[in-house]
Amino acid sequence: MTAGSPPTRDPAPTAPPSTEGLQLRAITKRFGSLVANDRIDLDIRPGEIHCLLGENGAGKSTLMNVLYGMLSPDEGEITIDGRSRISRSPKEAMAAGIGMVHQHFMLVEVFTVAENLILGREEATGGVLNMRRARRIVRELSDRYRLAVDPDSLIEDLPVGVQQRVEILKALANDAKYLIFDEPTAVLTPQEIDELMEVMRSLRDEGRAIVFITHKLREVAAIADKITVIRRGKVVGVARPTDTEAHLAELMVGRAVSLRVDKEPPRLSAQPRLSIEGVSVANNAGALVVEDFDLSVSGGEIVCVAGVQGNGQTELAEALLGLIPISRGTVTLDGRTVTKHTPRRKIADGLGFVPEDRKHDGFVGSFSVAENLVLNRYDQPPYAKGPALDLAAIRGNAEERVSEFDIRTQSVDDPLTSLSGGNQQKVVLARELSRSLSALVASQPTRGVDVGAIEFLHRRLVQERNRGTAVLIVSTELDEVEALADRIAVMYRGRLVGIVSPDTSREVLGLMMAGVPTEEALAAVSTGTTEQDASATAEPGCG
Amino acid sequence: MSTSGPATRSPQRPSDHGREGGDLRFVESTVKRRQRLSTGALIGVVALVLLILLPSTTGAARFALSDAFDEVQLPTVQLPGVVTVAACAALLLGAAAGFLSGRMTGRLPALAGTVAGFSLVIGFLTWAAAGRDLPFPVSNQFSGTLSLATPLVFGALCGVLCERAGVVNVSIEGQFLASAFAAAVVGSVTKSIPAAMLAAVLAGVAMAALLALFSINYLVNQVVLGVVLNLLAVGVTGFLFDQLVQPASSQYNNAPVLMSLPIPLLSQIPFFGNVLFDQTILAYLAGVSVLVVWLVLFKTSWGLRVRSVGEHPEAADTVGISVRGVRWSAVLAGGVLAGLGGSFFTLASTGSFSKEFTVGNGFIALAALIMGRWHPGLAAIMALFFGFVTQMASQLQTLNTPMPSQFLLILPYVATIIAVAGLVGRVRAPAADGIPYEKS
Ligand SMILES: Nc1ncnc2c1ncn2[C@@H]1O[C@H](COP(=O)(O)OP(=O)(O)O)[C@@H](O)[C@H]1O
Ligand SMILES: [Mg+2]
Repeated sequence: MTAGSPPTRDPAPTAPPSTEGLQLRAITKRFGSLVANDRIDLDIRPGEIHCLLGENGAGKSTLMNVLYGMLSPDEGEITIDGRSRISRSPKEAMAAGIGMVHQHFMLVEVFTVAENLILGREEATGGVLNMRRARRIVRELSDRYRLAVDPDSLIEDLPVGVQQRVEILKALANDAKYLIFDEPTAVLTPQEIDELMEVMRSLRDEGRAIVFITHKLREVAAIADKITVIRRGKVVGVARPTDTEAHLAELMVGRAVSLRVDKEPPRLSAQPRLSIEGVSVANNAGALVVEDFDLSVSGGEIVCVAGVQGNGQTELAEALLGLIPISRGTVTLDGRTVTKHTPRRKIADGLGFVPEDRKHDGFVGSFSVAENLVLNRYDQPPYAKGPALDLAAIRGNAEERVSEFDIRTQSVDDPLTSLSGGNQQKVVLARELSRSLSALVASQPTRGVDVGAIEFLHRRLVQERNRGTAVLIVSTELDEVEALADRIAVMYRGRLVGIVSPDTSREVLGLMMAGVPTEEALAAVSTGTTEQDASATAEPGCG
Repeated sequence: MSTSGPATRSPQRPSDHGREGGDLRFVESTVKRRQRLSTGALIGVVALVLLILLPSTTGAARFALSDAFDEVQLPTVQLPGVVTVAACAALLLGAAAGFLSGRMTGRLPALAGTVAGFSLVIGFLTWAAAGRDLPFPVSNQFSGTLSLATPLVFGALCGVLCERAGVVNVSIEGQFLASAFAAAVVGSVTKSIPAAMLAAVLAGVAMAALLALFSINYLVNQVVLGVVLNLLAVGVTGFLFDQLVQPASSQYNNAPVLMSLPIPLLSQIPFFGNVLFDQTILAYLAGVSVLVVWLVLFKTSWGLRVRSVGEHPEAADTVGISVRGVRWSAVLAGGVLAGLGGSFFTLASTGSFSKEFTVGNGFIALAALIMGRWHPGLAAIMALFFGFVTQMASQLQTLNTPMPSQFLLILPYVATIIAVAGLVGRVRAPAADGIPYEKS
């Protein structure tokens, strides 16, 4: 993968006076009673890649949004190149030389690349846009930084990797001296991540300061010159790139973690319990986002569908439950065809489902924990007596689940929105797993969940597999895939690229995630270096 | 190399992965299918209606291309009633079959839709005019269409500007009413048409400022706000009308009236000159405005900013654009257009105001805007469509067609429903339309 040892360089190549650089002092930002940033100090210097490491919800984005003028800090001071200034708007931040590649791209989907790049700094004569000049500027920037983009393509037609290049170019167009990358690798294949790191290195070598936000230790080790670790809104330590991943993980999470889930070898059922044959799914525009997909999952195994976000995995999972229609193909559960059944019937058929977007599809936020725990069965005994709900039974069930799943809540009557992301996800999983299932389909089961909860959720998923359920997990996090899968199915542009064993190297998986057929990927990698990636051992990969 | 495995494409550079258009395959989505079938069924029903009317069609239908005062008298066109109606019904049936079969590709559906539209209008007019004493006045039909469409075009353009910037405007009706009232009073007092128009524009802008203030700064639900603003306009103009205007109507409700402004030479062209180039200044302005709004939205940096705050306000904010400022400017610019549209009701008719006399035109403008998919040109075409249907209804009334006049009055609204049923679902509103932008 990436070059083994990160280049160690002297900070600040031009030996600048101490004024050059960016200092954050005691930055505090509160959202209501939540302290998202608690007296954070940070020093950013030109010619350095500074990693900001922290779990989901640690407050990294908040801090950077303060720096970029999107949020105003409640307390604290910012000094840029010797001058004290807190940006009150992105405009001021840009004027101070700060640029940001946002976690959720700030691109207008229906605009072209050129239009997005000039937005806010339009090339215009007397108010009339000069698109020819805009295109030329895009080409110049694109050549200069070797980030290939076509000025005239619409953003919505571009793959995320290319959209990200546009975001980077946007910041560079402004000649930003301080460049913030907020979790830029979340949407990329391993190879694309390598390319991005090359870009970041060459920008650093030009003398820019790079702030690189991530929660993936592997990436930190590969590229950081300096590391600051944030936990629950506080800086909990600085680390060196040579520190071990285990040490970094401990700093980040606050205790020793192991994401290695102990699994005994699968005991497969004789017949597949969930089988998907030739399934195609169309989106609203009629484009086939899943095409001729074949996969069968036996009882007692976990099959992970891996792939870069947006390659049809989400739609596949939703179609399996029946949230969106299947255009062709069949789905069978324990030998019975259920292709056209409504979600309600599929649930009765024995399908469990953990949706990707739990806030939207997984629960009703204003309902209590107890109510959410019976959302799929509230109308059946023992929770219903005729047309009425049996509140005592619902409560009883809730108390049991809460202790079984270690759901941290003050009371089962609290609304679900008052719980943390990890505990919300536990509620969803507890609901789905509290009955006997033929198959469980879980889409991004640990996205946005803290590491402690990830460990727990992973263990429960493995338990469910050991109970003989067919478990299908869709995940874009390779760490999670490697930790859980008995088999890995790689998906690219709606098609199955191939099915491989969980000890396949990341390099091969990366190539497959970019659409290279299995044999070719294996051949390509074995001719190069076949360094097996064994580092999935101690890596908390949350998402 | 092996081509086994489902992905038979040659290996690509990793960075070329993803959903890049092109080789994705397409099938008909359920939404499209439902639309296609309902369009086909709708056209089929219309064809059946024409067939039912066929037995009651007698004699020939005459269409007068000139009226009695024109210098150049064009001949009166005569169409055989039964044959024409039958032919139109056949064309409609063909189009319906085309939609229902689902075999039309490329431009064919659009063509079939257009043919169906023309067949509907011609077939229906022929049935109505067949065997009557008077010929159907075609040039009246078209010039009437233009003048009825004028305020609708202004209103729809106002909506385009607001909604492209992300502010839903259902108070076009209220803006019309307020500016019509202002035009009447100021016109009566000053006896000056420019002053009346200016007052109307100011009234439109004032209403727009209320919309902007509460929706952009105070984040009030925009649809509810629009309804409230409409009620406010009804209430205030009604109150002032009763208290101030009605008692002294010769003084306060007697504005000068716009004369039609024939354009030299062009207005002499037979038929077209009469229809297109013998209109009021407001009608010409409406035409120019369509072009201007289009240019401004799609060719200027302000337009780019307006569209960006309507699609992704946060993105606009991160590049240093003031989302509130741009939204305000777009809503106020829309107010100017709505004001001009409102002045038309007073100045292009009798010069006097009466209570609630914009009669829902603001809502029809809103429908035109949605059916025109937030595009200035298409919205204007939709406004013309509504004008056409309304004008036809009033023309047919004078022809003594065998149809109750109540039915003729609801014709424009029936047409709205039919058009919306055929079109809605294909539309895509600006992504942030109606969503306030809040910063913490
Ligand atoms: N606009 C907001 N309003 C309320 N809470 C917020 C807001 N933005 C972030 N938070 C909360 O602040 C905490 C830190 O969030 P964030 O900075 O996005 O974390 P990170 O980027 O490290 O994952 C989280 O608990 C999040 O829920
Ligand atoms: Mg973040």
